[in-house]
Amino acid sequence: MENLADQIINGLQLGLMYALIALGYTMVYGVVKLINFAHGDVFMVGAFVGYFGFTQWGMSVPLAVLTAMVVCSALGVIIERIAYRPLRYAPKIAALISALGVSLFLEFFSSLKFVFGPNYRVVQRPFEEVHWNVLGLNITNIQVIVFVTVLIMLALLQFLIYRTKVGMAMRTVSVDHNAARLMGVNVDNTISMTFAIGSAFAAAGGVLYAIAYPQIHPFMGIMPGLKAFTAAVLGGIGIIPGAVLGAIIMGQVETLTSAFLSSQLRDAIAFFILILVLLVRPTGILGRNEPDKV
Amino acid sequence: MRIKSKWFVVLMVVLLSMALVVSGCGGDKKADDKTIKMGVIAPLTGDVKTFGESTVNAVKLALEQANYKAGDFTIELVQADDRNDATEAMNVATKLISQDRVNVLVGSVTSKTTIPVSKMANESKVVMLTGTATNEKVTVEDGKRKDYVFRACFIDPFQGKVGAKFALDNLKKKTAAVLYDQGNDYTIGLANNFKASFEAGGGQVTDFLAYSKDDVDFSAVLTNIAKKNPDVLYLPDYYQKVSLIGKQAREKGIKAVFIGGDGWDSPELDYKTMEGSYFTNHYSADDPSPQVKKFVDDYKAKYGKVPDALAALAYDATLLELNAIKTANSKDADAIKTAMQNTKDFQTVSGKITFDKDGNPIKAATLLQIKDGKQTFVATVTP
Repeated sequence: MENLADQIINGLQLGLMYALIALGYTMVYGVVKLINFAHGDVFMVGAFVGYFGFTQWGMSVPLAVLTAMVVCSALGVIIERIAYRPLRYAPKIAALISALGVSLFLEFFSSLKFVFGPNYRVVQRPFEEVHWNVLGLNITNIQVIVFVTVLIMLALLQFLIYRTKVGMAMRTVSVDHNAARLMGVNVDNTISMTFAIGSAFAAAGGVLYAIAYPQIHPFMGIMPGLKAFTAAVLGGIGIIPGAVLGAIIMGQVETLTSAFLSSQLRDAIAFFILILVLLVRPTGILGRNEPDKV
Repeated sequence: MRIKSKWFVVLMVVLLSMALVVSGCGGDKKADDKTIKMGVIAPLTGDVKTFGESTVNAVKLALEQANYKAGDFTIELVQADDRNDATEAMNVATKLISQDRVNVLVGSVTSKTTIPVSKMANESKVVMLTGTATNEKVTVEDGKRKDYVFRACFIDPFQGKVGAKFALDNLKKKTAAVLYDQGNDYTIGLANNFKASFEAGGGQVTDFLAYSKDDVDFSAVLTNIAKKNPDVLYLPDYYQKVSLIGKQAREKGIKAVFIGGDGWDSPELDYKTMEGSYFTNHYSADDPSPQVKKFVDDYKAKYGKVPDALAALAYDATLLELNAIKTANSKDADAIKTAMQNTKDFQTVSGKITFDKDGNPIKAATLLQIKDGKQTFVATVTP
C-alpha cells in the first residue's frame, strides 16, 4: 500500500476523464430518456478535431479545445435532428437502435481514408509535460489541467442548469415533455441545446484524453464511452453530480484494482461493483427511489 | 422483367461453363519434365498489401538473379493473392496445388493465412517455405511436425530469449519488468520466454504484469513499477501500444531501457519517446554484412526503395527453395524435402540457416536501437 496516495491521484485523473463523458450521457438521458450510444464517438471526433487543431492548424490548446467543442456541438445537434427526433414518439427501442447505428456509422465513416483514416496516430503534445513533487506525491501538469478543466466544466454546468432560462427549460422538459410544451417551452430547441452542451463536454474530454493518453484512432471512443456510461448509471443516471461521483468511483476502483490486486482483474472488479451497487440501489448511488411514471 | 432475368440466368450459366472450360484447360497443360513450378502466395490486396508487394518483389529478384534456374531445372513462377484472408488463402492454395500443380510453394506472409495453407501443402506433399509466418503452429500442429513445411524466420518465443540475453550480456542489466497483452499469443510468447531466460541468466524480474487490448491508462501498474526502479522494461507488443506505454512510463519517472520485439518495426512507432530503446528483428538494412549490402543494393536498383524485413525474408525463402531443388536435382517432393531439411549453414541475407527438427531455422536475430529517430543496427545475437 506504499504508493496509495500516488495511485489515488492516478485514479482521480482517470475518473475525471470519465466524468467529462459521463456528464453528456446523463444530461441527454435526463432530458429525453435516451441512452445516446453515439456519445463515445462524438468524444472521438472531438479528440481528432482538437488533435488537428494543435498539430496541423497551428492553434493554441484552448483554441483547439474550443474548436472541437463547437464542431462537436454541431455534430450532436445534427445527430439528434437526423437520427433521434423523427423517432421521439416511436418505441424506445427504435431510438436505441438508431443510436447504435449512429455510433457504428461514426466509427466506420471516420475510419475511411479521406476522413480520419483507420490508423493509430501518435499525438505529439502541444506542451511538455512537467512533474512536480508535492509532499512526496508525483503530480504532473496534465493532471492539474484535467482537474481544473473538470471543475470549471462542472461549475459552468451547474450555473447553466440552475441559473439560466435554457437550464430551466431543460429541467422542465426532463420532468414532462407535454406539460413543458403547454407552458410555452420550445421542446425541440431545448433538446437540441442539451445535445449541443453534452457533445461540447465530450469534445473537451476528447481533447484532454488525447493529450493525457497521447494516441488516437477512430475506435477510441468505445471503451471510455462504455465506462462513462457505467459511471453515469452507477451514480444515478440523469443526475449530474451522480455522474461525476460515479466516474470518480470507477476511476478509483480500476486504478486501485490494477495497482494492488491484479491488472487483469480491473474491468471484472469495476463491473462487479456496478452490479452490486445496482442490486442494492437500482437507481444508482444518488438516484431517488421512486417508481417510474406510467 | 421476367424474361430479362431468365436471360440473365442463361447468360450466367454460359459464362460460368466457359470459365470452367478455360480453367480446365489451364490444368491440362502439361509441364515438361525439366520445369519446376514455384507457387507464391502473398497478400497483394487488402490490409497488409505492402507485405505482399515486398514479398513478391523479393521472390522475383531472387529468381531473376538465379536466371530462373536451379540445377537442371527451369523455374516457372505462379503468383496468387490471398488478401490476408484465411479462406481465400485456402482457395488459392487449392488452385495452385491441384490445378497449376506447383512443385514447391513460397508463402504465405502472415501466420493466420499460412497455418491453413501449411496443412494442405503437407497433405499434398508440396514442399512449402514461408518467409515470415512466425507462429509455432505453422510447422508443428498438435505436437505433429508437418514434414513438408519450413520457414525462413525465427519463431515468436525465440525473440524473448534473445531480448533477455541481450539485456543481460550486452547491456549488463540485472532487473527487469515485463508488461504484456494477456489476449495476444504473440506477446504472451515473447513475455514468458523473456522472463524465463532472464531469470535463468541470473537476472531478476521485478514485475510480470498483463493488460488487455483496449487499455490506454497504464498509470497504476507503471507507478508500481517505477517504485521498484528496474533496469529494463520489456514491452513485447505492436508499435501502437508500445508507443503509448512508453510515453506513460517515462511520465511516471521510469528510467529503464525499453526492449521489445519485431512488432515495433513500423514507421508509425513513436520514435521520439522510444529514443534509446532496443528491439529484436529479423534483419536490418544497415547491417554491414556483405550479403545484406548486396541485397539492399540489388533491391534498390530494381525497385527504387530500401527492402523491409518482409522482402529480406521472402528473398531468403526463395534462395532456400532454389538451393534445395539444386541439391536434390529432382522434381520429387520427398527428395526436395530431404534436401531442405538437411540444409546446413546456408548463407542468406538474414543469416546462416540450418533447420532444426521442426523446420525452424537456427539463426541469429538482429538487434536494433532507436537512435536519433531512426532504427540503427546494433548487433546480431546468436541464440
